[in-house]
Amino acid sequence: MKIRLDTVVKTFDTFRAVHGVSLEIESGELVALLGPSGSGKTTILRMVAGLEFPDGGAIYFGDENATDIEVRHRGVGFVFQHYALFPHMTVGENIAFGMKVSKTKRSATEISGRVTHLLRLVQLEGLQDRFPAQISGGQRQRVALARALAVDPKVLLLDEPFGALDANVRRDLRRWLRKIHDELGITTLFVTHDQAEALDLADRVVILDKGKIVQSGTPEEVCRAPASAFVMNFLGDANRLKVTVSDEKAQIQGVVFDADGIADGPAELFFRPVDVTWREDGHGIQATIARVIDRPDSRRVLALTVDGQSIEFDAAPEFPFRAETRGFVDIRRPRVYPA
Amino acid sequence: MAKAKTRRPPRIGEAPVFRNSMIVIVLTLVALVIVAPLAVIGFEAFSKGIAYFAKTIANSDTRHAILMTALTALIAVPINTVFGVATAWAITKFDFPGRRLLLIIIEIPFSVSPIVAGVAYLFVYGLQGLFGETLQSADVRILFALPGIVLASMFVTAPFVARELIPLMQAQGRDLEEAATSLGASGWRTFFSVTLPNIKWALLYGVILCNSRVMGEFGAVSVVSGNIRGQTNTLPLHIELLYHDYNAVGAFAAASILAALAVVTLIAKVALERRGAGRVRRPSLAGTAPATSETTP
Ligand SMILES: Nc1ncnc2c1ncn2[C@@H]1O[C@H](COP(=O)(O)OP(=O)(O)O)[C@@H](O)[C@H]1O
Ligand SMILES: [Mg+2]
Repeated sequence: MKIRLDTVVKTFDTFRAVHGVSLEIESGELVALLGPSGSGKTTILRMVAGLEFPDGGAIYFGDENATDIEVRHRGVGFVFQHYALFPHMTVGENIAFGMKVSKTKRSATEISGRVTHLLRLVQLEGLQDRFPAQISGGQRQRVALARALAVDPKVLLLDEPFGALDANVRRDLRRWLRKIHDELGITTLFVTHDQAEALDLADRVVILDKGKIVQSGTPEEVCRAPASAFVMNFLGDANRLKVTVSDEKAQIQGVVFDADGIADGPAELFFRPVDVTWREDGHGIQATIARVIDRPDSRRVLALTVDGQSIEFDAAPEFPFRAETRGFVDIRRPRVYPA
Repeated sequence: MAKAKTRRPPRIGEAPVFRNSMIVIVLTLVALVIVAPLAVIGFEAFSKGIAYFAKTIANSDTRHAILMTALTALIAVPINTVFGVATAWAITKFDFPGRRLLLIIIEIPFSVSPIVAGVAYLFVYGLQGLFGETLQSADVRILFALPGIVLASMFVTAPFVARELIPLMQAQGRDLEEAATSLGASGWRTFFSVTLPNIKWALLYGVILCNSRVMGEFGAVSVVSGNIRGQTNTLPLHIELLYHDYNAVGAFAAASILAALAVVTLIAKVALERRGAGRVRRPSLAGTAPATSETTP
């Protein structure tokens, strides 16, 4: 089912949490809503689900205007951030709940057959009679997913699905979710503040800042061409240097970079720590090494430019550290944004 | 003992003299104020033997008072239970204008003296009161009859159930209800299959508290009931009458029934608290779940 949001607005009391968001999710697509905490991700997801109603704009499911359809008739599967499993019901009863309350009557054998099937799908066979308190966080997450899938939703909505899990479980679960999505082909929208998770899992990433979409595209598009300084910063470590632009050229300490379409005046130069080569002789921005941080696969070097701006870059583990060494920072893939 | 010898500076209130005198004061107060009077009730009630006790209880006025009390509780407690659950549900699960105000209003009976409530009912339903004439011409008796007693008792105990439920339901949040509705459950279905099972112990606790207060209520009821022996007096009022008749044994016998009810309530309370009622408790899974390491296939 294709979903379309048309300039959706949501205000809480006086605080506008979502500013005119327009978004299309193709049938069968897996889309990530990515943004810092408080950027309105959950609010948008809840409006798609019908748990919250927009003050303006409209939400379409296929060709149908679903804006005012209440959650119980909207046919979405919602996975809550903290799972919201019913604590007084077993895993099996949790999964069966949606089928039991549904208007389409199913026989007891049909329901139990489907519960077994779903438990197999989420790889939790045999845990049917446990209570939610008796299983691990990752298992609860999968029960929540099975429960949401049990009602054959048109759309699957997940709010920070892996937020409460530790790093290893997170990584395994997200690969697994991708697999399930590919098997079922269900239109899926999920919310996360973790860029690695979004880039790893989604067909398309929608980046939000303060209730507005700042960029949307495939993981490759947003990574290779961040639309703004915010996106550049949010997607990963970035260095920022103050530069001056004139005639579409950015200049710092006599080093010149392309700055197509940037107005004259002060601007900011961004580059990733991996896109730096340290040189001993005159090519690049002059800097002095201040400190080194060791990592398993590299060394992170902290340097200061002549005018006191700091630069971090990654170097090979063999990089010799000598404080106060002078040298030159040679930048690949620089990006200039208006200040 | 080695521990006692290690010198560390005493924390506030740890000096032995202070600590011991506190304990003595508290124990003395408990003995004088709580235990002794209750012991006297039991002792005096049976001071002329079990037969006399039984005879006093069997007295028709006393029996009528017991009946009135039971009847009042039978009407007031269920109504207040439904009211309390509805209030707590509305306040914690929905946003509506006046929500905060409602939260304050339901606390009023706690802060107002019951006698004030009784007098207020006199002004509303009494002959000279707001609806007095209308009611009289319709031949409806509210004051000096069961309806007045029930109304006054309900006023006094209105907050009991809601007060037990609101903190618990607030801590539980709305996630479970939202999950149930997103799965297609109706409001009723959500309430009975999801909300109620998660509040049942606290609810039962609230009902028990409400019940014991309804049965024991004196001030408000004494104003509105007229206190007519054998007709409109409840057990607490009857005890007072017996006492004024210099029928100490009768008063104590009747009082022992109320005291016994209180003991039953206490036992139920302790039993329920073991099960987690009356404490704000979030089932461990629904809050921040502990991150568990495991290998997922
Ligand atoms: N029910 C609410 N009442 C008032 N403000 C809210 C409510 N829900 C969210 N907000 C506010 O809206 C903003 C966006 O919230 P949310 O959508 O939860 O952000 P995110 O999920 O991206 O962290 C936040 O500033 C939050 O405080
Ligand atoms: Mg959120």
